Amino acid sequence: MSGRIFLFGDDIDTDQLAPGQYMRGGIEAIATHCLEAIRPEFAQTVRPGDIVVAGRNFGAGSSREQAAEALRHLQVVGVVALSFAGIFYRNAVNLGLPILIAPSIDDVADGDTATLDPEGGVLRLTTKGTDVALEPMPENLRAIINNGGLVPHLKKRIAAEHKGTAE
Amino acid sequence: MKQTLAQKIIARAAGRDHVTAGEVVTAKVDLAMIHDSGGPRRVAPILKELGVGLWDKDKVFLVSDHFVPGDTEEGASILALTRTWARDTGVRFHDGQGICHVVLPESGQLQPGMFAVGGDSHSPTGGAMGAFMFGIGATEMAGVLATGEIWVKVPETIRIAWTGQLGDGLMAKDIMLALCGRLGMDGGKYQAIEYTGEAIKALSMQERMTLSNMAAELGGQTGLVAPDEVTAAFLRSVGGAVPDLSDLHTDEGAEVLEDHTFDATALAPQVAAPHSPANAMPADEAGKTAVSVAYIGACTGAKYEDLQAAARILKGRKLAAGVELLVAPSSKRDQDRATQEGIMAVFEAAGAKVLPNACGICAGYGTHRLDADVTCISSTARNFKGRMGEASSQVWLGSPLTVAAAAVAGHIVDPREMLS
Ligand code: SF4
Repeated sequence: MSGRIFLFGDDIDTDQLAPGQYMRGGIEAIATHCLEAIRPEFAQTVRPGDIVVAGRNFGAGSSREQAAEALRHLQVVGVVALSFAGIFYRNAVNLGLPILIAPSIDDVADGDTATLDPEGGVLRLTTKGTDVALEPMPENLRAIINNGGLVPHLKKRIAAEHKGTAE
Repeated sequence: MKQTLAQKIIARAAGRDHVTAGEVVTAKVDLAMIHDSGGPRRVAPILKELGVGLWDKDKVFLVSDHFVPGDTEEGASILALTRTWARDTGVRFHDGQGICHVVLPESGQLQPGMFAVGGDSHSPTGGAMGAFMFGIGATEMAGVLATGEIWVKVPETIRIAWTGQLGDGLMAKDIMLALCGRLGMDGGKYQAIEYTGEAIKALSMQERMTLSNMAAELGGQTGLVAPDEVTAAFLRSVGGAVPDLSDLHTDEGAEVLEDHTFDATALAPQVAAPHSPANAMPADEAGKTAVSVAYIGACTGAKYEDLQAAARILKGRKLAAGVELLVAPSSKRDQDRATQEGIMAVFEAAGAKVLPNACGICAGYGTHRLDADVTCISSTARNFKGRMGEASSQVWLGSPLTVAAAAVAGHIVDPREMLS
């Protein structure tokens, strides 16, 4: 699926992704305000298949996993950044949000049309016809993402264990 | 093979002789801490969905702190849910005793060398005890509670040494704000930070907790201080067992990612301007910014020694006209001790308002959230825009001494001017 790129700078923090004052609402309410402090129209204009691309330290701040959940809720297909804050990285993997490190995002412009291939580790810029190579994810983390996140992944594992003991 | 302290702890938890930085391993968790906000209300539904119970109820440590005292309808219902879950599961539960990061070490349950997780971003605080402790989200916590295991990417170590001695009027918070300013909020690169050097070794356990706590603001996964005699004495004082500490250090010659050295003797009291801890500067360069709210609170800024420090400034002084000083002691134990020693009476005499032993406005909760356009100086760990109240509120960070001095002066000052 091809989508548009929403390009952000460095240090996008979890308060910007999941603003504190809406944390008491459900993910629906939080997602409506995702990134509004720096890009008021984001939640209204983002469409399924779109890709978030950012600079360094994406997801800095608190451990609130709604920061990653909000992006998934808006059906962003993945986040590509120069680097991620560690807790956000963990949360994204565990929620099944593809999250990939790019050595450089110099070729990427806001509004570019692109497709993200998390398995192959590449961001295809369809407007420009060029590829951005991404760092491959460790295999055990890819397994979690492919299963749709930690919960479905554990469900599979627990079911397999039960099957093992039953047999 | 020469290993860092972080690698030694992870290797043991992963059942390995040694581990290499960068590899992803699965480790067994020694202790899992959760609180009312990210805990039962978020993990219970996931456990139910998985159809499993707790892997080991004796390794789960539950604290109510974010929604205490339950003064809103929603807060009260979250607390009720938390209490019911605690009863049903039989986990260790510290209800209304204070903020999790302070209550846990005080309980004597957290041991040096442990591999521990917490459902809160300031969980690196456990590193002050020489435990590898880090923060995780609720989904991941549910996975730990169900299986007792977690994946971890073995971190590199960033060693931060402070040589010399901190002067009078300087605290661990000044060290951390200076580090946030110098290294930035991603300076820790989600690696293991290890604090060393004579100025660090001279710090008490509560001061070390401030260092480790704010490893989160540096972007570290954890913030370790190698356990020593100070750690052992603290453990004994809270009734905890002291394990063998002899191998719990980074081997000489072990490979580290970065080595930084700073001079504690030259450090001046620091403040951080809105809206980032990285906006650090010496307090006397803050242009005498006027404040109307001063907050001494949070896991990082209202422990017994923080209260004691602030009282040094407040003793025999009054708050400046128009300034409100709010004090929310980090734990009941610390508040009780401060009461016995007359410290709480000093706050009262100065005109401060004492709030519950809870996260309160640090997390933007409770009845004292900051109003629009208010300028506040706070001993908390982070001053992100809108975190403590209205988006237009301006929060400066400083040590408890610096917050108390500003409350008396009505504007930001170097607290050393008020110490005799
Ligand atoms: S006091 Fe503040 S920083 Fe500490 S746990 Fe509570 S909300 Fe987090």
